[in-house]
Amino acid sequence: MSTETKVAKEKEALFSKKNRGLVTDPLNDNNPITVQVLGICSALAITVKLEPAVVMSLSVMFVLGAGNVIISLMRNLIPNRIRIIVQLVVVAALVILVDQVLKAFVYDVSKQLSVFVGLIITNCIIMGRFEAFALANTPWKSFMDGIGNALGYGIILIIVAFFRELLGSGALFGMQIIPDSWYIQNGGFYANNGFFLFPPMALITLGVVIWIQRAKNTQLIEEN
Amino acid sequence: MNVNSNSYTYTFALILVVVVAALLAGAASMLKPFQQSNIQLEKKQNILKSVGVIVDRNEADAPFEKMITEYVIKGGNIVESPEVAAFDIDMSKAVKLTPDSREVPLYIADKDGEKFFILPLRGKGLWGPIWGYVALKSDGKTIAGATFDHKGETPGLGAEISTDAFQDQFLGKSIFEGGSYAPITVMKGTASGDHQVDGISGGTITSVGLEDMLDDCIQPYKNYLKTVQ
Repeated sequence: MSTETKVAKEKEALFSKKNRGLVTDPLNDNNPITVQVLGICSALAITVKLEPAVVMSLSVMFVLGAGNVIISLMRNLIPNRIRIIVQLVVVAALVILVDQVLKAFVYDVSKQLSVFVGLIITNCIIMGRFEAFALANTPWKSFMDGIGNALGYGIILIIVAFFRELLGSGALFGMQIIPDSWYIQNGGFYANNGFFLFPPMALITLGVVIWIQRAKNTQLIEEN
Repeated sequence: MNVNSNSYTYTFALILVVVVAALLAGAASMLKPFQQSNIQLEKKQNILKSVGVIVDRNEADAPFEKMITEYVIKGGNIVESPEVAAFDIDMSKAVKLTPDSREVPLYIADKDGEKFFILPLRGKGLWGPIWGYVALKSDGKTIAGATFDHKGETPGLGAEISTDAFQDQFLGKSIFEGGSYAPITVMKGTASGDHQVDGISGGTITSVGLEDMLDDCIQPYKNYLKTVQ
């Protein structure tokens, strides 16, 4: 641990190229969902509609940003053997706090999120970033890394939710997009694809996103 | 200091747990009054919504006081001096008893001179409890409105029970047929007639749970409703 902490000794600007890279890297080259394949579970569960997907992304951003800073501040104090449990306690405490505050002051949003706030605890991106980054880096870098990864997670969530809500319910953010007159029951030619409402379609949509991303970004293609 | 020694590890764990516990307990007890008042106002808002009175949650108090009278029903009769006030009855406990031994709230609304009976509902969805209110017209059988809510049904599937599109289907349906009780059924496919509504595709377990909840929760009121018809 002592060697790791020395790396961050030289002073550098808050938004130096390296620090900005911490935010931008997870958006594409090192995306937590499509490249590291973490957090798939929640990506399947809450992408039926756009609204919960957006709120989930924001909640993860708060928990990951704050959690990374807390873990990073304690990084020289945490005993190695119980570090995973310590990380878990930090995530769980943050998530419960978020849930309680939402219930007290923005009741409607908390109802929107319902069980998914609890699901944040099980999001492996969070534990992954604590373990891989915050334990070895300064608070500011950890914060940037947390925000970056939450953004990378959120973008994929929103892309998948966009297609699922549009094709599955003909709506975006709960507003009807496909004109009513297009539907078969109104004499049109169109029907919503109900299959998009089910989790398997999230996996397939996600697969297509990964396919497109890898086709565009040749860096991601392994040599065999 | 050796951060990997046993005594340090134990001390660290102990301090961490105590600090986190204190923090969470403090937050929970500080926020409790706000959460409680949100829940109560939402209950009033939902009761009003079942008779078509749409109010903002923060302004639900005044119209509720003005329009709603609360009674307690047991075995089909009004209980004269109930131990627990109707509004404070915990439906999740009440539905565990047999329908005849339950003490359940009955809200009677007076909306511009028109009388409505509002019955609370409580049942099981796929992931957790579902609940709601059904309002009957003064004839004691025609549904004038229904609201449903849930703890954690899947958005886009079971959670659709809380949408207006689903709830509006109940308008004008009847829970009695020729003087005897006729439960509402939630259909797969197309509903027809006075006692059927469309279920939710992909939300079958929630739909079935809702049907069971309606049937189960109307039971204690059956005899009372017969007397007003």
